[in-house]
Parts: sequence; C-alpha cells; structure tokens
Amino acid sequence: MAEAGIRAGCRAYFGYPITPQNELLEYMAAHMPKVGGIFIQAESEVAAINMCYGASAAGARTMTSSSSPGISLKMEGISYLAGADLPTVLINVVRGGPGLGNIAPAQGDYFQATKGGGHGDYRMIVLAPATIPESIELVMLAFELADRYRVPVMVLADGMLGQMMEPVLFPEPVDPAALPAKPWAITGARGRRPNRISSYFLDPAELSARNVKRQRRYQQIEEQEIRYEEHETADATLVVAAYGSVARIARTAVRMARSEGIKLGLLRPITVWPFPYSPLRALSRRVDAILTVEMNAGQMVEDVRLAVAERAETPFYGKLGGLVPTPKDILREVKRYAS
Amino acid sequence: MPVNAKSMVKVFERPKSLTDVQFTYCPGCHHGLVTRIIAHTIDELGLQERTVVVAPVGCSVSMYEWFHFDGIQASHGRACAVATGIKRVNPHLIVFTYQGDGDLAAIGTAESIHAANRGENITVVFINNQIYGMTGGQMAPTTLIGQWATSCPTGRDPALAGYPIRFAEIVAQLDAPVYVTRQSLYDQKRIMATKRAIKKAFQYQVEDKGYSLVEILANCPTNWRMSPVETNRRLADEVVKSYPLGDLVDRV
Amino acid sequence: MPKGKIVIDKERCKGCGLCLAFCAQDVLAYSTEYNQSGYNIIWVKEPERCIGCAFCAQACPDIAIEVYREKKPKQGK
Repeated sequence: MAEAGIRAGCRAYFGYPITPQNELLEYMAAHMPKVGGIFIQAESEVAAINMCYGASAAGARTMTSSSSPGISLKMEGISYLAGADLPTVLINVVRGGPGLGNIAPAQGDYFQATKGGGHGDYRMIVLAPATIPESIELVMLAFELADRYRVPVMVLADGMLGQMMEPVLFPEPVDPAALPAKPWAITGARGRRPNRISSYFLDPAELSARNVKRQRRYQQIEEQEIRYEEHETADATLVVAAYGSVARIARTAVRMARSEGIKLGLLRPITVWPFPYSPLRALSRRVDAILTVEMNAGQMVEDVRLAVAERAETPFYGKLGGLVPTPKDILREVKRYAS
Repeated sequence: MPVNAKSMVKVFERPKSLTDVQFTYCPGCHHGLVTRIIAHTIDELGLQERTVVVAPVGCSVSMYEWFHFDGIQASHGRACAVATGIKRVNPHLIVFTYQGDGDLAAIGTAESIHAANRGENITVVFINNQIYGMTGGQMAPTTLIGQWATSCPTGRDPALAGYPIRFAEIVAQLDAPVYVTRQSLYDQKRIMATKRAIKKAFQYQVEDKGYSLVEILANCPTNWRMSPVETNRRLADEVVKSYPLGDLVDRV
Repeated sequence: MPKGKIVIDKERCKGCGLCLAFCAQDVLAYSTEYNQSGYNIIWVKEPERCIGCAFCAQACPDIAIEVYREKKPKQGK
C-alpha cells in the first residue's frame, strides 16, 4: 500500500510504529527519500496527523497509516482536516479491540471510520479492500478522491490484509508535478491575496454556511462514488453482506452453499462510506434474508438494516477479539435461513 | 491633522505586512506588541511573500487575520507539527508558529519538544504570560508558585500542581536548536531586545540555520486583574525571577 | 517648533495607558473622549514637548500611533 501511495504521487508520509502496519512505515522510510519525498516518524499519531494537516495545506499529497488505537489518537486531526477542507489519505490496518486489544485482524473500527470518530458534522470516504491487488487500486483511488473532493479518505484494511502477501501488478506512477494545481494551498502570498486555512469561524452563520457547502459535497460523493461488488446474486434467495477479508471468506461459503443447492449470493461494499444502500434495498425485494457477517459485534449490520428495513430478514453473525469466521461458520448460519 | 510635510518625516508607522483588522486582544495586552514586532521584522527582511503563520488555539487563535500573508490554524498544541509539515513540503517558505504557554508547554509539549529536537528550520514564538487567557484565567504550566488563577484559587501549590515550567531551558538542552532566548516587553529596552531577538530568529531561518525559539514573558492584564502598567511592574519585579531573561543558545 | 509629532488613531486606541507610561516627556494624557468601542482614549496634551522618540508607538499593543520627526536628526526605530 506504501508503494501504491508513492505511485499515486504521495510525497509526504508521517507515521508512527504500531503493529500490524509497521512494514508500511518501514517501506516509506526506505523508499520515500528515493523519490525526494518526506518521511517522518513522528513522536505520536497525534503529531503525525497534524504533520499531514500542514503538509496537505502546503499542497502535497500526504499519507499517514496506523492501526485502531493509533487511529483513535488521530480523530481530532481528522475532524480538523475535514473542517479545513484538506485532503489526506489514512490507512487503518484494523486490529482486535477495544483498548489495547491484540494484533489479530478485526473490523471493530467500522463505526469510528464511517460514522465519524471525531467531533462535528463531517464525513470521510472509507474504502475497504478485500485483496492486496485491490488495496493497491484503492490507495491510488483514495488520493484521487481526496484531492477531487478535498476530504480525508481512509483505506480500511485489517490485520489479515496487513500480514498477507499476494502478487500484484503496479500501475504507472503519477507524476506529482503533473497533478492539478491547488490555488487554495499555503505557498506564500506572492502575487495573490493571502490564503488562510482554518476551521475556526466564530460567527455561527458563517460556520453554518461552510458546513452546508461541505454537506453538498458529501451528497455529491454519495451520488457518484459508491462502489460495491455483487457475486452470484442474480438468482440468489439468500445473500451475505460482508466487506474486506470477511467477504473473501464468504465467497467460499457461497461456493459451498451452491454445491449443496442453496442459492446464496454475496454483496460486498467496497466503499463503506458512501454506503451502497440502494443495491441492498433492491436485493431485499427478492431474497428471504441478508446475513451480515463481520469481525465485530455488529456495526455494518446497522447500515444493512437501514437499507433493507422490513423487506427481508437481516440476521447478523460476528466474531470478536480478532477471531476470524470460517466458510463453514458462515454456511452453518446461512442454513438456518435456507429452510 | 495634516502634517507639515516639509519639516517632518514619518519615522514610525504600522507594518505593511499587517492588515487593517483591529486586534481582538484586551487593552494593554502584549500579544499586540509581539504581533507588531513580528510584522515589522518581516517588512525589514522583505519576507512578506514567503512567510506563513501557524496560529495556535488561545487568545491569538485568529492571528492569521492580522497578517497580510498566508496563515493556517493548528489544533490546540499541534502548531509545531503543522509547521513541520509545511516547512518540509516547501522549505522556501518562512514558517513560524505563535503559541501561548498552554498551547506550547501543556497540551503541545510533545510536538514542541520534538520539532526542536528534529531541528526543524522553523521559528517558534512562545508567549509566556503564565495563564490561560482566552478561556478566562486558568492556571498554566508556567503559572508562578502562589499565583492566583481560576483553577488554583488559593494560589498555585507545587504539592498539587508542580512548578513553573522553564521551556526555553528545556529546549536549550537539546542538541539541534540553534537559537533559544527568553525576552520580555516590560520596558523600552526589553521591547528593543525582543525586536532584535525575533529578527535574529527569522534571519537564522532565512539562512537555513535551523530551529529557533523566542520565549517572551508577556502580560495578561485581564486575568492578572491588573492595569497594563502594573503588569509591566510585575513582570520586571517578580516574573523574571522565575524566568531569567537572555539568550540560552546561540550556536550560529 | 517641537522636534517630533505623533498622530493617534482614535478608533484603534483602547486607552490602555502604556504609551503614557513609556513617554519620557509627559506629552500624553487621558482625554475626556470615548471612541466608538467605548474606550476612553489618550490624547496629545503637550505637543510642544514631543521629541519624536517613538517610545509611545513602540509600546502601543494596537499600533495606534504614528510618529514624525524633524527631517535633520538621525533616523532611528
């Protein structure tokens, strides 16, 4: 994911050690200088996100990465980035929680990522890769979307993806110099009025106006940037909703179920914000149940239920503490609704 | 009143790199003074087109509105990290943070110390008025022993709240900083000395020499509950005892 | 003819009194006037005594004072 960042034209990375994403930091330490980029191991995740804030304000494509506890420390910074309309890309390799938890894969940060862990009305585009090749794609996309909409974008991976190796094909690198200009950036008020980057507006009317403008941008993102994948749902009577690593496991469960004559399909959100409500709503009109499977106590299931309402059953199956569901687990749950 | 142009020449005026915005500071507050000194320095060094102010959270929170150059708002305590990000991306920019004692020496201690320890080529202007001004007069890490504040109503008690923190001395222990000084503003000589110190700090940054910190003993008439003139007396007679003035590091 | 002269921006002045304390020639005093912000502002009570040293202007936190000096003497800030 680090190489993808560099190829996306990222020239400023600020990180802090935390398993399971240390390799990303170490890769940046070795490779960022080679492209004349900036690498700083900050004194904390709080400092790292604020360095991103400054570097983004100066016009660079910036990235920081961490894992759950570190991401919690960055929440204030994310709110400030959103409030000052600054783009940046964050990678969260989610681990078992809450608290210190462990370093096993988990998905317990879904709410924090999609419902806003920081203060104030803000949204963050959240992309959830299920494979290593896809995470390359989504990191590149993250930088694209961050600059286009001037928002922070998070790539929500997990400990499994963090420790996995898969062959990948790297896309052609983007030349940062060829990126569109950022007239709003802090570059020195030479021949122009001073630029001021801030989220501080004492006058409620002005702060409200800025919020309304930003909310319109979020609606635009919801209209244009939803991404998801449907697998074997055409004739499905039952569907599993899952993202990230769990979606890969669910694909095996689909194959197993089909071999036993159960018409199971899979819907995999790729953007968990903006969330794919309408495809789920459409499916709920012609299936008996949509089983949400997550590595947490039930978070995305709330969005599934928002989409489905009473049209179909919306059971949940989750594993906690870093335990990972197996295809058999999922198949067993599916069978309870197949009769 | 029209000035008799022939015989008189203007020798002192508002700096060009200041906007016309009225300062929101209380009457007699030294924040305004330091803002002028910085602006005059930037005029004299001709830096207006490449300077960036990183504003803190505190009385000077909207300080980027006073200056006629780019400015950015940092969250409370994080100005030095924000400044690091900006300076690293664009070393041509002259980047300075302007922070109060709460912002720099309480919540922002880690960011402040580590930016200094990395030797970031930035200038940190640290306003030490021994109190939290914006929020109404609470105790700060720099509040003197026995000094009244709203959150130490019987005077700061070291057994409960420790001792006044001498941040310039702390930073002076680090190897990277090239210029660390403490100045004040309570009389004409101190104002001139502060001007020289700030000019030197900016000059070192222009010459890529490295990190500089200018700590300024300043007043807070409102929350010290004194007149501006009395605050200068307090600075001269009492505060300097806990915070000795002068250059601590000048490695250039 | 006084060697120096100052002009106070009445609307910027907050009546803090620092210029009074810094002026070595007792040129300044509180006026009976209040500006639009309600501050009791300073005025040039004894213009004749002004030597244009700019101590007042350097001490003013709101930079409300401009200073002029007779042409001949050495410039200084």
